[in-house]
Amino acid sequence: MSLSRNDVAKVGLLARLALSDADLDTMTRELSSIVGFVGQLEKIDTANVAPLAHPLDTQNVFREDVPKPSLSTAEALQSAPRHDGECFLVPAVLGDTGAA
Amino acid sequence: MTATPTAAAPFTTVIGLEVHVQLQTRTKLFCGCSTTFGAAPNTHVCPTCLGLPGSLPVMNRTAFELAVRAALALGCKIAPFTKWDRKNYFYPDLPKGYQISQFDLPFSSAGALEVVDPKGALSRNVRITRVHLEEDAGKSMHDEAAGTGDTRIDLNRAGTPLCEIVTEPDLRSPQEARAWLNELKLLLVYLGVSDCNMQEGSLRVDANVNLHIPSDGGRIAKTPIVEIKNMNSFRSVERALVYEAARQYEEWQATKAEMGKTPKQTRGWDDPAGVTRAQRHKEESSDYRYFPEPDLVPVTVSEEWLAATREAMGDPPSVLREKLAARWKIPAYDADVLVNQGRELVAYFEDLAERVGEGKVASNWMQQDVLRTLNERGGSIDAFPVRPAALAELIGRVAKGDFDTSRAREIFAEVLASGRTVDEVVASMGIAAVDDDELITLCRELLAANPRVVADVKGGKEQAAAGLIGQAKKKNPNVNPGKVRAMCLDLIRQM
Repeated sequence: MSLSRNDVAKVGLLARLALSDADLDTMTRELSSIVGFVGQLEKIDTANVAPLAHPLDTQNVFREDVPKPSLSTAEALQSAPRHDGECFLVPAVLGDTGAA
Repeated sequence: MTATPTAAAPFTTVIGLEVHVQLQTRTKLFCGCSTTFGAAPNTHVCPTCLGLPGSLPVMNRTAFELAVRAALALGCKIAPFTKWDRKNYFYPDLPKGYQISQFDLPFSSAGALEVVDPKGALSRNVRITRVHLEEDAGKSMHDEAAGTGDTRIDLNRAGTPLCEIVTEPDLRSPQEARAWLNELKLLLVYLGVSDCNMQEGSLRVDANVNLHIPSDGGRIAKTPIVEIKNMNSFRSVERALVYEAARQYEEWQATKAEMGKTPKQTRGWDDPAGVTRAQRHKEESSDYRYFPEPDLVPVTVSEEWLAATREAMGDPPSVLREKLAARWKIPAYDADVLVNQGRELVAYFEDLAERVGEGKVASNWMQQDVLRTLNERGGSIDAFPVRPAALAELIGRVAKGDFDTSRAREIFAEVLASGRTVDEVVASMGIAAVDDDELITLCRELLAANPRVVADVKGGKEQAAAGLIGQAKKKNPNVNPGKVRAMCLDLIRQM
């Protein structure tokens, strides 16, 4: 299985990566080879293998609903490129949120 | 609840809802940060909900149990095995770059919730496609007036547990959608799943709507589905759907555009303007590249666990209405009104009915006096100054004939206004039971002063005695009108 240049451009857009034409050529070649490598798995007959939801054979890990101390606002904001002491600041975002 | 096209509406409105409710937990879904509403920005955040490298989510047991409770109450099947998935998209209020949600193996599916109109037999069974558990995003705040300013991000809400409830497109009118939402909210509040406070964002509704329009040759034309967002109250939901149905019909008449020929459109409800507006189309936004969340292990739900959850759940409103109507012999309408006011009011009513010994009498007082006062004054039934014991005493004294209902209402109002006890008010208003000797004397005086009434009654017009009651009340406000009437009629017969 190989990827088209368009597939890579779409993945780039979804990942918000600005890929130049040269980048696209390189990425198409490299990603195709990775997908091809993983594609070897398709040769295995998995008809009688149950789908795996998680590699660990562990289930039902919970914590109790008990509050723990949060960070201070100063600590929370300390690594942000920009903040106003209360909130993170980002370039103006207008319109609808992505999802809920 | 019109289901078929009529002259007034030459189409059927087809509606499905997507409801997000915040679960009533103390802490977030994957970390120990508080979920209390209204805190200063970025004070309920930690490395996990900020999405900092090296942090790991751990599932809140209470959140999962509340979600299961909601799904059970909605009649859903609970999956014996469930897992979580990453929904990938970029937005500044989503610090990890993905939302932990559920994709192909939600913990529940295939339920239903019926909406019943208590005044009629009409009802609609609305199928639930699925209920799943996911985390909320943070809050973006943009000062529109400032123009090109920055957007401020508060992540207190990020990671708050949400239950997403998705219905099949089974609703057939905006009114029905609103009624169904009311029933859903009542159910979730009753079961302690969520406070469903829309002002605080604890309940959010998106609606999918299109029209089925009978056209040439018996064919049904279906308009493109539109998703409506930004509705901040159930009333807004109803208004937005009414608007959108009319808009789609107009558009269909102009363009004849049908479903499937254009991508699904998202429109935002502008409440002050009363219109829906097309939102910018997000390119490729539907490509969320879901994949299993490796940081959370799956959950398996045993039959024992389910049984225990069912046990602890309590009655949903639909069952409670029936039980209340049967237990206290009150009409379905009364039971509906009482149950729709919430669990606390039902407890007040049952306490009252128990003490009064007559469900219908207690219900009448609830519907006419308690609820009216509560609506006027606001506040909760638990803070209502006249407790069931005091109200039961008042009702009991009416039954004994100490005073009549209208007098009892005056006492009730005075108890509310003054905060004094029923006894104190009765004493201060000079209300005392009128003994029979007093009553006979009073009635004799009345008859002597009203020969015309006496003549009319003797001539067969018993209703003429009604004219005496006002006069009797003037002479002694404590007399019982029923007794005055009966006594006067007796005396006239003896004349």
